[in-house]
Amino acid sequence: METVKLYGAWPSPYSCRVIWALKLKGIPFEYIEEDLYNKSPQLLQYNPVYNKIPVLVHGGRPICESMVILEYLDEKWPQQPLLPTDPYERAEARFWVKFAEDKGLSIRMIYRTEGEKQEKARRDALEMLTILEEHGLNGKKKFFGGDNINIVDIAFGWIAHWMGVIEEITGVKLVEGNKFPLLKAWMHNFKEVSLINENLPNREKMVAFFRTRRSLILSAAWHPDFGFISRR
Amino acid sequence: MAGDAVKLLGAWPSPFVMRAQIALNLKSVGYEFLEETLGTKSQLLLQSNPVHKKIPVLIHGDKLVCESLIIVQYIDEVWSSGPGMLPSDLYDRATARFWAAYIDDKWFPSLIGIAKAQDDGAKKAAIEQVSEILAVLEDAFTKCSKGKTFFGGDRVGYLDIAFGCFLGWLRVTEKMNGVELISRSKTPQLAQWAERFCADPAVKDVMPETDKLAEFAKVLFAKFKNPPSQ
Repeated sequence: METVKLYGAWPSPYSCRVIWALKLKGIPFEYIEEDLYNKSPQLLQYNPVYNKIPVLVHGGRPICESMVILEYLDEKWPQQPLLPTDPYERAEARFWVKFAEDKGLSIRMIYRTEGEKQEKARRDALEMLTILEEHGLNGKKKFFGGDNINIVDIAFGWIAHWMGVIEEITGVKLVEGNKFPLLKAWMHNFKEVSLINENLPNREKMVAFFRTRRSLILSAAWHPDFGFISRR
Repeated sequence: MAGDAVKLLGAWPSPFVMRAQIALNLKSVGYEFLEETLGTKSQLLLQSNPVHKKIPVLIHGDKLVCESLIIVQYIDEVWSSGPGMLPSDLYDRATARFWAAYIDDKWFPSLIGIAKAQDDGAKKAAIEQVSEILAVLEDAFTKCSKGKTFFGGDRVGYLDIAFGCFLGWLRVTEKMNGVELISRSKTPQLAQWAERFCADPAVKDVMPETDKLAEFAKVLFAKFKNPPSQ
């Protein structure tokens, strides 16, 4: 079998998605840790369009964008499927994956901004979580994938572990009190899955890392498309 | 399941709706087109897509499918006899998905950026950004087409649909701003591809005429420049 390499970064939820999928399917891989402040020439060569992790390299050929990687893994290694087989159920799963990608940005914006922009991001994030609670999780079993996690659970994984870190660092609370009972239950169930539980970055380390990164972002040394602009 | 009635909720100027139409045409699937009135959202739309309230929505029997590229993949998977819209090689499929996501995440916002630019300086910068992205896509075409006619090879495929649906709007943008974005000199491969794509039987009846789209655009862009007051 051709070698599988994953270029990732320990604090990244996108990187974790790929690790979870690889481990779920029992695919052996070599992991290469990238320093987000000093990206390797190999990474820049493998991902010239975005210069970002994660990048999966299979038999020397790179695949970028975490959800593109997951669909590739699912087609190449069909065991422990991430997507359902029925076309309509697949369309539903892809819908929620896209929702996680597009609307999830609002929670990241809480982390990247302050003042009025952050307040707007908070409202957007609450709207997103409300839709997830009422339309996404309503009537579902333990997971989006039923009794076992699937691609949608993995796509929303960052809510289970990263959102709390953002809430702590920024002081902006999203899931509190009696709000979002279905979401809270899902978050709990997701983190209880041993595969997930054993492959989550250390929370204390995350708080320290993201706190520092947030101050760098707010200090205007950061561009939404280019990241830290020392490179350009 | 493939035999159930197919309806498509959409609007003629929308490139996203066009994606679904091209896919249905490629598979020779008959469908009823339900035109949404611009500026309003019908009860059917609000019920069919309660999360986003947007077109297109594919109504297949009792199933509702939203999001244009998800609809295209659904059509490809349900009407599975004959050539698929995604490449058969798994790595090439991943490449097609990557570029389709790039079209939605980078290309589309950059094109809209020209219309939204409030002054000449912003407009010039927006046009420059679109040109840069087209240079990237020219290169992507070389890699994906592997010397053939379309991104997908010999036939119109997923990535052709994802990008080609914007050609009407691209021509309108060129006309309204007096610029050439896709041209034989700057983007020779994309220029040839664009002609072939628009001439394809699955595309030519659903690609709106540039003049008709330009008239519509004038009304729409006036709204961008004069947003409703607070």
